[in-house]
Amino acid sequence: MTALRHTRYMTATHLLQLWRQPWWIAVTLVQPVIWLLLFGSLFQVVADIPGFGSESYIEYLAPGIVVMTAFFSAGWSGMPVIEDLDRGVTDRLLVTPISRRALIAGRVAQNSVTIAIQSFIVVGIALAAGAGFPNGVPGVLALVGVAVLIGACFGTLSIGLGLTARKEETLIATVTFLQLPLSFLSSTFIQPSLMPDWMRTVSHFNPLEWAVEAARAAALGQGGWDVVVTRGGLLLGFLALCTWFALRAQERYQRSL
Amino acid sequence: MTSAIEAEGLVKTYPGDVRALDGLSFSVEEGTVFGLLGPNGAGKSTAVRIVTTLARPDEGRARVAGHDVLTDPAAVRKSIGVVGQRAGADREATARENLRLSARLYGMRGAEREARIDELLERFGLTEAADRIVRGFSGGMERRLDIALALVHRPRVLFLDEPTTGLDPEVRADMWREIERLGRDEGITVLLTTHYLEEADRLAAQLAIVDRGKVVATGSPDELKRELSGDAVQIELEQPGLNGARPALEGLAGIRELSVEGRTVRARTADGARAVPAVLAALDGHGVAVASVTVARPSLDDVYLRYAGRSFGAADEKEVF
Repeated sequence: MTALRHTRYMTATHLLQLWRQPWWIAVTLVQPVIWLLLFGSLFQVVADIPGFGSESYIEYLAPGIVVMTAFFSAGWSGMPVIEDLDRGVTDRLLVTPISRRALIAGRVAQNSVTIAIQSFIVVGIALAAGAGFPNGVPGVLALVGVAVLIGACFGTLSIGLGLTARKEETLIATVTFLQLPLSFLSSTFIQPSLMPDWMRTVSHFNPLEWAVEAARAAALGQGGWDVVVTRGGLLLGFLALCTWFALRAQERYQRSL
Repeated sequence: MTSAIEAEGLVKTYPGDVRALDGLSFSVEEGTVFGLLGPNGAGKSTAVRIVTTLARPDEGRARVAGHDVLTDPAAVRKSIGVVGQRAGADREATARENLRLSARLYGMRGAEREARIDELLERFGLTEAADRIVRGFSGGMERRLDIALALVHRPRVLFLDEPTTGLDPEVRADMWREIERLGRDEGITVLLTTHYLEEADRLAAQLAIVDRGKVVATGSPDELKRELSGDAVQIELEQPGLNGARPALEGLAGIRELSVEGRTVRARTADGARAVPAVLAALDGHGVAVASVTVARPSLDDVYLRYAGRSFGAADEKEVF
């Protein structure tokens, strides 16, 4: 109970920061918008490839971009953690009766709110660019849910990495190193049936791909709700793993003091 | 007499075989201001991290406000307030929001919580700045907020780790007044670490001098100074009157370590103020004209030199990169 209450306090604190710097949401939206609009127009012909299955490339692309936006923005969750370590904020909190888990959960919760807002904005832009969401409002809500879930996974992972690396440069290097390969080893941009065999095989183990499949199933109805449930389950498992890692990293940090 | 803090045989080693603490022990009486004095790298901050439950010792034990830091850290955390070396406030939030978060984490609620926040803002001169973002605060204001944050739950023991490092002299004097007030008015036990001799001398009722992870001397600043060989008397002569001064003072009762260098005469004596008339009379009797006399009490620098075997400044410079 204490952990929950403390998480609420920390979430409120972080949300207040976000409220004061709302431009941060806009900054993290620049990249996905470029992906969506540039890729959407540039590769429109991709949809004409036999076996692609969708008629509109931008419609195919949109759910994946929502997930990718969440993935990219959550990747930076570890940055303010490192800042707090440097400033002495973390040490000050650690000598209060604060629940250790709340320190991590508060950040992830704030991040989830950010990602939900971003996801709705990207959906809006996609609609304006001519994409459709055949599954309607329930589909879009499930899509946002998937984005929040993948965001929670990589947000927690990034916080764990931040607590481990304790240097902004190291975190930046690690996150940028992971972002593009994981994005391209998924069906965000292209149907799995058109991917080389090895890439398709690897993509089955990519959590981002689980999220992209779930997102597309939710928004477009490809594969049905079964896909949303099974991939959601896999993502919850991955989230548990990331949480374990972040809590371990926190313990390791405190033991290093 | 009850101890608010008791540390016994603390040992802490860091990777690379750095022995930060090497069997450090000290005890702080309730309601007093206690100083851990030593150069940078002596182990003071490591000791504070252990007694505030932030770090675990490799060996040894510690009790704070009656609770064991290893077996009952939660109880310790409820009874202590900590002001770290680095400012710990959230710089993107206002002073009031910072205080409110802290109060909530200690389980304070409603009107009582808000009243305590107002009281602290007033007490630390932050009422007008209460709803401003901390980022825009001056160094002194931020430091005062740090102390207010540590006091929000009325702790029994307050830890101040190098509270004035990096502050300009004016702000430092303010902080000193603030800390004196804490000890005097609130009956709270304060543990203060510092590498400023004059800070320890002025604020601490009891001191432990720390060198290389161990306590090398304890006592009140006056006791520690009294253990030294006495006051230093320095006399400036009108003329380089070597021949007159030495015979005049040699053999005078209570005068030791006499040295004459040009126009400067130095000596040690148990009580400088009492010795001066006799010294002046003796010089006058030998026809030596005196320009000035100064009597200096031994400084903590002298104390440090005696117990740690090196001068404070030298030790400090060696550890700072």
